[in-house]
Amino acid sequence: MRFGIVVFPGSNCDEDAFHAASSVFGQEAEYLWHKDADLKGADVLILPGGFAHGDYLRTGAMARFSPIMGPVQAFAERGGPVLGICNGFQILLEAGLLPGAMLRNTGLKYRCEHVHLRVEQTDTPFTSAAREGQVLKIPIGHGEGNYFAPPGMLQTLEANRQVILRYTDAAGRVGEAWNPNGSVNAIAALCNNARNVVGMMPHPERACEALLGGVDGRVIFESIVATFRGAESPALHAMGRPAKDSVERPAQDSVGRPF
Amino acid sequence: MRARVFVTLKPSVFDPQGRTIVDALHSLGYHNVSDVRQGKYFELDLATTERAQAEKLAADIADKVLANPVIETYRIEVDGS
Repeated sequence: MRFGIVVFPGSNCDEDAFHAASSVFGQEAEYLWHKDADLKGADVLILPGGFAHGDYLRTGAMARFSPIMGPVQAFAERGGPVLGICNGFQILLEAGLLPGAMLRNTGLKYRCEHVHLRVEQTDTPFTSAAREGQVLKIPIGHGEGNYFAPPGMLQTLEANRQVILRYTDAAGRVGEAWNPNGSVNAIAALCNNARNVVGMMPHPERACEALLGGVDGRVIFESIVATFRGAESPALHAMGRPAKDSVERPAQDSVGRPF
Repeated sequence: MRARVFVTLKPSVFDPQGRTIVDALHSLGYHNVSDVRQGKYFELDLATTERAQAEKLAADIADKVLANPVIETYRIEVDGS
């Protein structure tokens, strides 16, 4: 499959994403400059980490006006898989492709460390190869990853099972001590209603080779590659459709702790 | 005309910077400060002499660029010529 890596002025994880897609997973990869008007036949888009346009006003605020974002939006609306990593997640929020917004980390510090993440949902193109409840160890590096959604929006996100990853301890338990940035409900990743657009603060592309200290990020890439290969599988047919509003989820984690 | 745009976090949104500043003020002895909210301030010099037009333009820019409606609100003042 062909990965399209969107490059904004100030992106700095574009080469890491390109390396993971091409060298580690043997897929085609293409850089897409923010002023480009087409997606060069990409099957999946990655908006990588960095500081697009400098992030001077708000993180991701200016990137949404880049010419490439028109085609990106159209691709997402057609059901094309889009992954925003870190700054890419912030851009998807500002562009309205994902709901909510990012605030400064509650501790005000830039957090650069490995964190544990519990996989909450596997019916997205980027988590289909993972197990529900699986705990991943993947690095973060951000100063504004404090995810915020107003109460009504948060309720909808949880009811629609749009929370994909949560910050936990190594045993998969949610708790304030394991939340590196103060994100509401310990949200580390979420998807849109149609489930084809995913944003995550942790960096899976930095955790694909043992040499770099861990391989837990591989499952994100393995998921999208397997999704593309198995385009006719029943699992994929469930994707790209809005989640049922009737799906309810209790407001507590798997060990019974409230969020 | 000059438009001044004040962008602040909505009252319901936690402001970690404001919290840190109020803690610092308390440690400096300003115990009468009960809360601080940090925001952003923009001065827009606009090539128009009509107040209504300046207000409309500033609001348009604030809506589209300067403020994120999920977490922020803004207030506009227009003065001068």
